Amino acid sequence: MKLLVLTLKRALWFLPTVVGLIIITFIISRIIPADPVALVAGDTATPAQVAALRAKLGLDQPLPMQLLNYFEGLLRGDFGRSLFTTRPIADDLMHRLPATIELTLAAMLFTMVVGIPLGVISAMRRNSLLDHALRVVTVSGLAIASFWLGIMLQLWLAMQWDWLPLAGRIEGFKPTDITGMYTVDSLLTGNWSAFASAAAHLILPALTLAFPALATVVRFTRAGVLDVVQSNFVLYERAMGFPPVLITWKYILRNALISTVTQIGLLFGILLAGTVVIETVFNWPGIGYYAVSSILLSDYNAIMGFTIWSGVIFIIVNLLVDIGHTFIDPRESGA
Amino acid sequence: MRTLWFLLKKLAEDRVALLGFVLILLLVLAAVLAPVLATHPGDVLDLHPEDRLLGPSGTHFLGTDRMGSDIYSRLLFGARITILIAVIAVGASLIIGVPIGLIAGYYHTWFSDLLMRISDIFLAVPQVVLAIAIAQTLGPSLPNVILALSVTYWPWFTRLVYAETRSLQNEIFIESSIALGASPWRVILFHVLPSVSSPIIVRTSIGMGFTILTAATLGFLGLGPPPPTPEWGRMISESREFLPQAWWYAAAPGMAIFVVVMGFNLLGDGLRDILDPRIRRGARDEG
Repeated sequence: MKLLVLTLKRALWFLPTVVGLIIITFIISRIIPADPVALVAGDTATPAQVAALRAKLGLDQPLPMQLLNYFEGLLRGDFGRSLFTTRPIADDLMHRLPATIELTLAAMLFTMVVGIPLGVISAMRRNSLLDHALRVVTVSGLAIASFWLGIMLQLWLAMQWDWLPLAGRIEGFKPTDITGMYTVDSLLTGNWSAFASAAAHLILPALTLAFPALATVVRFTRAGVLDVVQSNFVLYERAMGFPPVLITWKYILRNALISTVTQIGLLFGILLAGTVVIETVFNWPGIGYYAVSSILLSDYNAIMGFTIWSGVIFIIVNLLVDIGHTFIDPRESGA
Repeated sequence: MRTLWFLLKKLAEDRVALLGFVLILLLVLAAVLAPVLATHPGDVLDLHPEDRLLGPSGTHFLGTDRMGSDIYSRLLFGARITILIAVIAVGASLIIGVPIGLIAGYYHTWFSDLLMRISDIFLAVPQVVLAIAIAQTLGPSLPNVILALSVTYWPWFTRLVYAETRSLQNEIFIESSIALGASPWRVILFHVLPSVSSPIIVRTSIGMGFTILTAATLGFLGLGPPPPTPEWGRMISESREFLPQAWWYAAAPGMAIFVVVMGFNLLGDGLRDILDPRIRRGARDEG
């Protein structure tokens, strides 16, 4: 009961953040020096045509009214229409969502599967050569420009050696649409050639996306393990003669992971920010690619839609992590 | 002055932090001495179409770009842009973020809640997303990039200073100075601020690296200062159509970004170890 109240309280706490985010995005999109209506109408449009278009887009009303209209639309799931294609932005976003989810999940999986063991090994062999080498890798993970890493991987692995495809999601026909994630769909339908192609296309962007997150996971796991290693229960298990492998990979890891799991929100932020750039580098037709193309076209409605969308997703993930944290670690609920 | 000396001495003992310090020093030297060190100082503006896309050689250390300009010389002048962006953007974030964090942390009123809510909004979106939106809205130029980065980075300082200030509120030395009749401003400026300065210094170093990365990303997406400004991120995006032949064109600016950001991160890491002995090379918030 107490947990439920707390959960509701936290959820309510986030509502003003979302509303504030929408207002700030709205203000940003309305201080543009250029007039979007004139831009859409083109050079040859007469003033009357521009005025008609302005009225049609609702941009002739006072700003507070425009903001209210925008909110009203959002409540109905309507993000407005793209200024260029006139397609509803909500549809565009939904259409591209599976590609981004597929990429993010693949990166997250790689990060966890590789990062956690590396963190544990690094901590158990503290100050060894391996630990120092891993430190260099983790520090460089946060120092490398991800778009540059992507381009370098493309240059060597795709262009020079031709090991992996350069860009895009798949070669040949798409698998039957079920979830929209090509690797999952092709597995579900047993379409092995499509799966091989989709998986090969996924490797480079997912690796690029995962690298900074990987650095963070190794660091957190290492710190978590080092914290736990000195606790009494580990000393007890050692004294009882438990095999070291069991102590490390079961008892220490389980406790050390609490801190890593609570960092999923942070990881998600790194990945989400990464998709914007990496999808552009790899022509990956997801939300991030959509955002960058909208930016280059000055499609303000689409940019706003994307900013709000990613903000809301980010807030929801953090909320879930917050709530999850109170379940994992009951001490938190007292605070 | 004595604290500074202590800091430098400790830095010299930590080899990794020292390496970071040296890398940053190299960046500053490259920027200041760009006209002297550059082999083709005029190449920021000059075009030599007959020399385009030459590989690295004795005359062009890092090859030439699509305009036939010397990449090594352009990188040196690009260091100035990088420093300019990072110093002003992080400086502005400090000036905005630290006072807000101090005030919101020291007072317990609806106003401090409001301030923190506002900074939460900015932290709710990945910085690069918001910076892209702002830079695009304002149009691609150097001041707009700096503005976009400052507007989106200050909440990191606010969050940090707020948390540190709140954790000090029950400390005896704060209570006693209040009891002695010190005004709130005096307490904040002379007692709270010095106590929270260590995490601020660490965050500043890491923030410089982070800001340089974000600035390069904006440049890569075409939102940075327009050509012929030798901005590193833009140079990488220009190089893409000439790959895989002109590999040096893409590799050199990316290496420059990497080395500089690495310098700030290593220094930040080392400073954290020195200034905050509670957390030794551990994991704290990245950003």
